[in-house]
Amino acid sequence: MGWLERFFPYILAGISVGGQYALIAIGYTMVYGILRLINFAHGDIFTVAGFFMVYMNATMPLYLSIPLTIILTVILGFAVERAAYKPLRDAPRMSIMISAIGVSYLLQNLMWYVTGGLAKQYPTIPWISSSVTVWVATTKIVTLVTPVLTILLVVLLQQLINHTKIGMAMRAVSRDFETAKLMGIQINRVISVSFIIGSFLAAVGSLLYFSNYATVTPTVGAMPGLKAFVAAVFGGIGSIPGAMIGAFLIGISENLIKALGYSTFSDAFTFALLIFVLLAKPTGLFGEKTIDKV
Amino acid sequence: MKENKISWFIGLVLLALMFVGLYALEKALPPSTMLFTILKKGVIYALIAVSMNLLNGFTGLFSLGQAGFMVIGAYTYAILTIPVNMRAMIYQYYDGGVVQFALPAIVGLLCAGLVAAFFAFLVGLPVLRLKSDYLAIATLGFAEIIRAFIQYEGLGPLTNGSNLLRRFPSFTGILYPFAAVAICVAVIVLLIHSTYGRALKAIRDDETAAEAMGINLFFHKQFSFVTSSFFAGIGGALLAMYQGSIQAATFKSAMTYEILLIVVIGGMGSITGSIIASFLFVASSEWWLRFLDNEMFIGAFKMPLLRSGFRMVVFSVIIMAVVLLYRRGIMGDKEFNLRRITQHLTGKKGVRHDG
Amino acid sequence: MMAERERMLELTDITMQFGGVVAVNNLSMHIDRGEIVALIGPNGAGKTTAFNCVTGVYKPTNGQVRYRGGLIVSNHPTGKMKNMYAGVNADKYQEVVEHTPDKITKLGVARTFQNIRLFKTQTAFENVLIATHLHRTSNPFTATFRLNFREERRMRELALEMLSVVGLADVRDELATSLPYGKQRRLEIARALATKPQLLLLDEPAAGMNPQETDDLGQFIVEIKNQFDLTVFLIEHHMDLVMDISDRIYVIDFGKLIAHGLPQEVQDNPDVITAYLGVEDDEPA
Repeated sequence: MGWLERFFPYILAGISVGGQYALIAIGYTMVYGILRLINFAHGDIFTVAGFFMVYMNATMPLYLSIPLTIILTVILGFAVERAAYKPLRDAPRMSIMISAIGVSYLLQNLMWYVTGGLAKQYPTIPWISSSVTVWVATTKIVTLVTPVLTILLVVLLQQLINHTKIGMAMRAVSRDFETAKLMGIQINRVISVSFIIGSFLAAVGSLLYFSNYATVTPTVGAMPGLKAFVAAVFGGIGSIPGAMIGAFLIGISENLIKALGYSTFSDAFTFALLIFVLLAKPTGLFGEKTIDKV
Repeated sequence: MKENKISWFIGLVLLALMFVGLYALEKALPPSTMLFTILKKGVIYALIAVSMNLLNGFTGLFSLGQAGFMVIGAYTYAILTIPVNMRAMIYQYYDGGVVQFALPAIVGLLCAGLVAAFFAFLVGLPVLRLKSDYLAIATLGFAEIIRAFIQYEGLGPLTNGSNLLRRFPSFTGILYPFAAVAICVAVIVLLIHSTYGRALKAIRDDETAAEAMGINLFFHKQFSFVTSSFFAGIGGALLAMYQGSIQAATFKSAMTYEILLIVVIGGMGSITGSIIASFLFVASSEWWLRFLDNEMFIGAFKMPLLRSGFRMVVFSVIIMAVVLLYRRGIMGDKEFNLRRITQHLTGKKGVRHDG
Repeated sequence: MMAERERMLELTDITMQFGGVVAVNNLSMHIDRGEIVALIGPNGAGKTTAFNCVTGVYKPTNGQVRYRGGLIVSNHPTGKMKNMYAGVNADKYQEVVEHTPDKITKLGVARTFQNIRLFKTQTAFENVLIATHLHRTSNPFTATFRLNFREERRMRELALEMLSVVGLADVRDELATSLPYGKQRRLEIARALATKPQLLLLDEPAAGMNPQETDDLGQFIVEIKNQFDLTVFLIEHHMDLVMDISDRIYVIDFGKLIAHGLPQEVQDNPDVITAYLGVEDDEPA
């Protein structure tokens, strides 16, 4: 079967990048589910995580730089929420989205400033970056690790959401913000936890992504960020498993399109998918419908 | 009612004075002065910001597709106006390209607007019934799709694919862009103050109530979307003329974000705000804060932080401050109200003017 | 002896079901020209939902609405709803007629809102002015370039007139939301009147008013009804107002019609009293 052999490396790459998108997508879907906010800055937090690693690793050993990167990214996500989104919680929806765009703009400019405009090489993490041959494809181990790790993290997260008190609080806030507040749920804690989890996953995602695509520039996260968002919408905004499935689908499809020779359209495909979903079933695969009262 | 006529007259006089002033400036200063860069780029951004404000600020439709319609306008203009004898060179990878005629610049400008408007109409059909955040992301998506198509090799004979388009007719002075923008903004202002403009504002304030008062949502939203994109297309064409060359890759979503931030700083729902903010934005990014990018020494002490890129960081922080603290922007939703000023001047303070 | 009056509004078997919840259950009623008809019932009985079905905000699950003889709403359960449908006559209305609210307003049906929906950034005058847009003959081009100056002047005159009718001409340049509550309600009525309706739907116009204001409102409704040759469909909780000005009353509870007739008949109806009616106060039984 010639074509399977030809497409296999692409499918593998697709599963890998899909997993990375998934980790970013979950951050989007959680924040949207709770705050109804499209966190435009999330993709940039992913990129910043990449830069953290570059700079940390220049001065520290790996067993320090990896955890530190994750911790710093989480702090960043938390700080962004507190500084730029919390003050606007009672403002009209557009204001908070504009703030997210503003944060994205700020982060990108900060990155340009700090790096002086030069692309940075991501450090090679041993083992993960080593080559391995799977059937007819030669790839890095990270390609195999990613989907496994992604699914594992999603399962863990689902456990958290469904079987812990904070998880229940998060579900309540997603369902009905005002009522949850009135019921005494600590809204600030719930929101912070969502951002922390989202940023944590983005950091992990960046570790995996940049082990594969080793060049880091300030704008490198914009596309993956947008694609991850589309994945979240496709899967049903607010649904974590949905975001994961959407992400894998996008990752695999865009690589198949490249395989077929239409690389210019691999990005556009994602947006076409977005438009299709928004028109056909805006609530996505697993989303919930809400009815507006007049 | 007399105040109305007087204020219109004063407005026209001020406008004429502005043009005289610009003409004088052009004669007085060398063409490479930074001021002219700011004026040219600023006025073009002003048009684009106002067009975006029409859609986002006045109609309440959170659309992030501006860059898409700008790039359509820019390319339409370029494709239609590049002189025939240049085409072979510019479209060198595509056998001279498929378009083998050249239209005069003004016609090119108009077509830029019309083609952008046409595509906006098509995009609006599915997209305008979506809820606000979904509308934002859908328009963003369409802008990216449009960009991808323009860069597509298969459309190369038309768009030159991912290569530059250049040598189209451009302007040298500041009077041309100012005149073009002044006409466009005047039309938009007239529109806002017409009964259709009021309908758009009603939709922004409360869609359900507007519908109950007999305003067809779909028609009016489409109208706003198409008109806004028409002017965005013309803005894109003017930008092309200003830059001298265009490439689809530069019309990224980041450009839309910049325009959005300008509109927010100026005040959503204020045309004068958008204009002022555009000039401020361009001045800041091209000029004022430039010093922040250069290393500065005080005696033997080197100032920390100051190096290339710091300017944009400071600028972004200022933007965040406005977004968080001065949410209404510079002008809120008020305009530079000539009528009120006229009233004060003619001493008729107590008289109410028409709504 | 009454001459044959035009049937302005007729609802037949209107049912509105949201998922498993039946908000309006088989409501049939009619209103003839010149009448003031009230729809009353305990909170949550489905009154505003019924309004929304008439004005096109909701598409009813089943049933029809006729305005002056013409069919403006018609639907029957399809797809998933077919299995879930808890009402009767599910196959009776094969036609599907659906209009957006603006279309129905253009036909002559205007409404006010229970929760006051004024245009927040506009003045009182501007709020009413916007309601004159629907009868325009200009297009965006002619309007932008002021070729419609006569039409514009007519619109402004109409808006001012409606403001005067409700007694708000002196606050015309005040921001609509800065007006006291009672005036905001009157402004909503002025706005509805500016659409030149023949049928006026008022959703709890007296909410939050004291007895004197309620009384004035009652008189006002009768006056404008006569002045503008209107037919009025009223949702209200203030029983004095309802008893005072209504020609007929429909009572619904849990979406179902439980009584209908002249005010006195309804007042004495034991089912109604059981549902919620007190004579002096509005106390649940």
